[in-house]
Amino acid sequence: MTDTPGPLEYLRRWPIRAWLAVVILYLYAPLVTLMAFSFNASKRNIVWRGFTLDWYRAAFADQDLIVAFGNSLTIALISTVVSVVLGALTALLLWRFRFPAKALLEGALGLPIVVPEICMGVAMLVFFTEVIPWPTSLAWPLNLGAIIISHISFSFSFVAIVIRGCLASFNRELEEAAKDLGAGEWRIFWDVLVPHMQPGLIAGALLAFTLSLDDFVITFFTSGPDTTTFPVKVYSMVRFSVTPEVNAASTILIVLTVALTAFALKISGGTVVAVEAGEGL
Amino acid sequence: MSEPIIRFENVTKRYGKVLAVDNVSLSIGEGEFFALLGPSGCGKTTLLRMLAGFETPTEGRILIDGEDISRTPPNKRPVNMVFQSYAVFPHMTVAANVAYGLVVDGVAAPERRRRVEEALALVKLDGYGGRKPDQLSGGQRQRVALARALVKRPRVLLLDEPLSALDAKLREAMRSELAQLQEKVGITFLFVTHDQDEALAMASRCAVMNRGLLQQVATPSDLYEFPNSRFVADFIGSVNLFEGRLAVDEPDHAVVVAPGLPTRIFLDHGVTGAADSTVWVALRPEKIELHKRADGRGPPRLEDTPEGCNLVPGVIRQIAYLGSESVYEVAVDGGVSVKALRSNLTRRDQEDFTWDEPVWLAWQACSPAVLLS
Repeated sequence: MTDTPGPLEYLRRWPIRAWLAVVILYLYAPLVTLMAFSFNASKRNIVWRGFTLDWYRAAFADQDLIVAFGNSLTIALISTVVSVVLGALTALLLWRFRFPAKALLEGALGLPIVVPEICMGVAMLVFFTEVIPWPTSLAWPLNLGAIIISHISFSFSFVAIVIRGCLASFNRELEEAAKDLGAGEWRIFWDVLVPHMQPGLIAGALLAFTLSLDDFVITFFTSGPDTTTFPVKVYSMVRFSVTPEVNAASTILIVLTVALTAFALKISGGTVVAVEAGEGL
Repeated sequence: MSEPIIRFENVTKRYGKVLAVDNVSLSIGEGEFFALLGPSGCGKTTLLRMLAGFETPTEGRILIDGEDISRTPPNKRPVNMVFQSYAVFPHMTVAANVAYGLVVDGVAAPERRRRVEEALALVKLDGYGGRKPDQLSGGQRQRVALARALVKRPRVLLLDEPLSALDAKLREAMRSELAQLQEKVGITFLFVTHDQDEALAMASRCAVMNRGLLQQVATPSDLYEFPNSRFVADFIGSVNLFEGRLAVDEPDHAVVVAPGLPTRIFLDHGVTGAADSTVWVALRPEKIELHKRADGRGPPRLEDTPEGCNLVPGVIRQIAYLGSESVYEVAVDGGVSVKALRSNLTRRDQEDFTWDEPVWLAWQACSPAVLLS
């Protein structure tokens, strides 16, 4: 082995290494800082004054924050379940059948992804106040209905597109083989199609969950005074001052989503990455 | 033939204006290893899929054991199929794949296990039950597909291009293995192929199709030696075709005058064609003898042929050395090019004839087939 790097050993050249270092620094340094200062024994996010868990205690003691967090999880959970079912069925419809205005539906499916979120937010606001007003006085979790519906309306199209991509690689002979061996449509769906869609279903669910959990713009327009979500709550807290309490709450959220993603990756055998990357979202 | 197990009765399939299968009537007997042979787009796969139930005939009926099943859905037919891509369920183990049809049928677990093991042993995959399809080779996946179909004990096993996805060596090995398997289980096999070698090697009978029409149904050797049309003669194997006029047509002999050949073609049998009509003489390359013509050597003697017939002088233009045999392309005086095949019987045989060598082409009176269409 000589010391000069080979033609394909890019990682042994210093400009590449420097570039990599800069990328990693700007990508992860903010996150690391945020998490580190959530343990800082000082009220300001500037100087390290020693380790403490006080901010976590404060975050857990903050009733508004806990309620907002609970709301966020509830909304994310319900909207994920509904969008996965809806998205999977839409994908199946587009994959399996030919019908008039199919191209139109396919195009319309992409709209929530390309339309600026702010416009979606305003549209939802107008819709839920003027067209079909959602009663604000309902009991929890029904009072979250407006937010859940708006979350479903944008995340189900992501799910549908991911699953559509998954179905594109389906070998129709598998379906015929199952039928040939005696299976009816319902059995074919559960025995052959669903297993094939599984990576898409997991990737879609993951997408829907994270999209809903961290959505700010659309939620901001559809949430009422009693229906704050975590991102909206953090925003309002930050407007007064960035306290380490916000850091602590954010850290919990980060750890939660990373753990969830890792879990989903593990049970799907890593195929989620391929599907998500392949879809180029 | 005993009572046929499958009967196609005037089956026609149209896709819009395209005629995929054109008025096909065909009977297949119990225990046959039957091949549907033809170029791509000839309708053979459509015919197979109609039997499996994935397509319904536009006109006509399909009967299995005398029962009309034209409108029966695929999951209710006594046939099973081995798909071209094998279509092995990727998320199930080998055993689960083979068991699937039995699970759907509600066969009890102990019997299911026994039959799955039996089927796996039949295709020589004992001990592979716990594997996933992605841990198998292409040939093994095909065996899984075979076992999965055979475990249901179908009346007919359908195979769609069963060997096309295998590499050349394996394909040859699978040919004899499939034939052995069919003998062992005694189930009627119906397979589709575009590969004539495959059909000739495996099938007990073949149907040749072209443009939706059934051209000829015969045993492999009859197809090869007694084709009924130019299409069949040309599609099966290699052939020299001479267009000519039927000059003499007696019960015990016939003579064809072909403008492309300097001599007349003598046949030791009658043709029953209209006198003076246009016919085509099909002559297989291996039935033509090559003789040296240099140094003023006279023409060879042909026992069953009158003097001057079935003997053509020419010059070797091309030689394709194929190892076991060589194909010589001979330019006949008069312009036509004729292919003659010669086995390389000794290790130096192929050097005997060389380029630009003057030769005699000779053939027996019984060798050519006369085609009326």
